[in-house]
Amino acid sequence: MDDMITNVQPPYLYPEYKSTVLRSPTKPLLIIKENLKNIQLPVFGESVIGKYDSDLTKNARKDHDPIGERIKVSGKVMDEYGKPLRNVLVEIWQANAAGRYIHKEEIHDAPLDPNFLGAGRMLTDNDGRYTFYSIKPGAYPWGNHYNAWRPNHIHFSVMGHQLTHRLVTQMYFPGDPLFEFDPIYQSVPLHARHLMVAKFRMDWTEPEFALAYEFNIVLKGKCQSIFE
Amino acid sequence: MEQSKLPQTPSQTIGPYFAYGLTAVQYGYGFSSVIDNIIANEAPEKDIIYVTGNIYDGNGKVIHDAMIELWQADAKGAYVKNYEQELLFKGLGRYGTGTDGQQRFVFKTIMPGMVQGQAPHINVTLFMRGSLHVLYTRFYFEGDPANENDPLLLSVEPQRRTTLVAVKTNNTEQQEYCFNIYMQGENETVFFDL
Ligand SMILES: [Fe+3]
Repeated sequence: MDDMITNVQPPYLYPEYKSTVLRSPTKPLLIIKENLKNIQLPVFGESVIGKYDSDLTKNARKDHDPIGERIKVSGKVMDEYGKPLRNVLVEIWQANAAGRYIHKEEIHDAPLDPNFLGAGRMLTDNDGRYTFYSIKPGAYPWGNHYNAWRPNHIHFSVMGHQLTHRLVTQMYFPGDPLFEFDPIYQSVPLHARHLMVAKFRMDWTEPEFALAYEFNIVLKGKCQSIFE
Repeated sequence: MEQSKLPQTPSQTIGPYFAYGLTAVQYGYGFSSVIDNIIANEAPEKDIIYVTGNIYDGNGKVIHDAMIELWQADAKGAYVKNYEQELLFKGLGRYGTGTDGQQRFVFKTIMPGMVQGQAPHINVTLFMRGSLHVLYTRFYFEGDPANENDPLLLSVEPQRRTTLVAVKTNNTEQQEYCFNIYMQGENETVFFDL
């Protein structure tokens, strides 16, 4: 098939995202032979997950609920052949409702929320599914170009059962007007950008409590693991 | 017939703000960490090695907002199958380059054994602001005779092989290896397409 159509990944160098200029490899990558690349990663057990790790509305709560629009996000983690992957470690981090990260070097002039940290983690279940509760993150400025603001997004780190199953990505929200101005989003080929945008799921919402989004994740290659 | 494939989820940058989510304890945030820089614990002192290094951008400037993960076999060449934080040998480590005084990564571990005829090596996964992809590489250990016959090292053009070899430092207090990573330039590290 035409490589242009099947490739969904961004290039290493994407000058519109300025930091890639000095931080992307310039020489061709070394293609690793089949027998050297099937390296298994460890399987994670429930012991690595704390009780409130998957509920960001609670895991940093001090005296009030965090401010903002409560959301539920759920999805399946699969290999490229649609096989659900269980016990995959999914880690997330995000800005608060005002678009402010708790990170110490972040200087955006928006309020921190004393009841919200913005970090969580979970393992996928036997059907490859993860679910977490959070607050819809706000947009924030980042200085890449004139009045650059990132679209609302949640950062994801996904660690499956083999080295090719290591993915760091960002989940976006449908219909964001900042998509057309964001080079990080646009670094991905046009036909593949929708793969990073969560789907609004009315049928998963919880009445008077939370809106819901679906975000499925497909990891590279075929799962070789004997654990699946 | 080949099974039809689903499109992969595209990769995006880890950005500058991963620390409180992925390396919270190291950076002093109010959240726990699943993976840290102690890959092996409580091995006899003589067996413990430290692995350090800096990551350099295309201008030779040290990168202080990268996250690096190491994944290695144990002394007998076996990979850990089930990860628990309490294991004496976990095989897996993670560190951000923003807390060390010299903006290095620092890991405590043991020398891996040979894995299926490959010289002792440690797999490296690297993320940073400004990188839209996961970056894969690995490093071997200076002076190991098995390096001469390692199938992966031999597949690298000879003048670039040294970019995949950690060098022994002259630290006399502990066994220490240094593996610097160069994103670009004359010594650009060999990164892999897995
Ligand atoms: Fe962000």
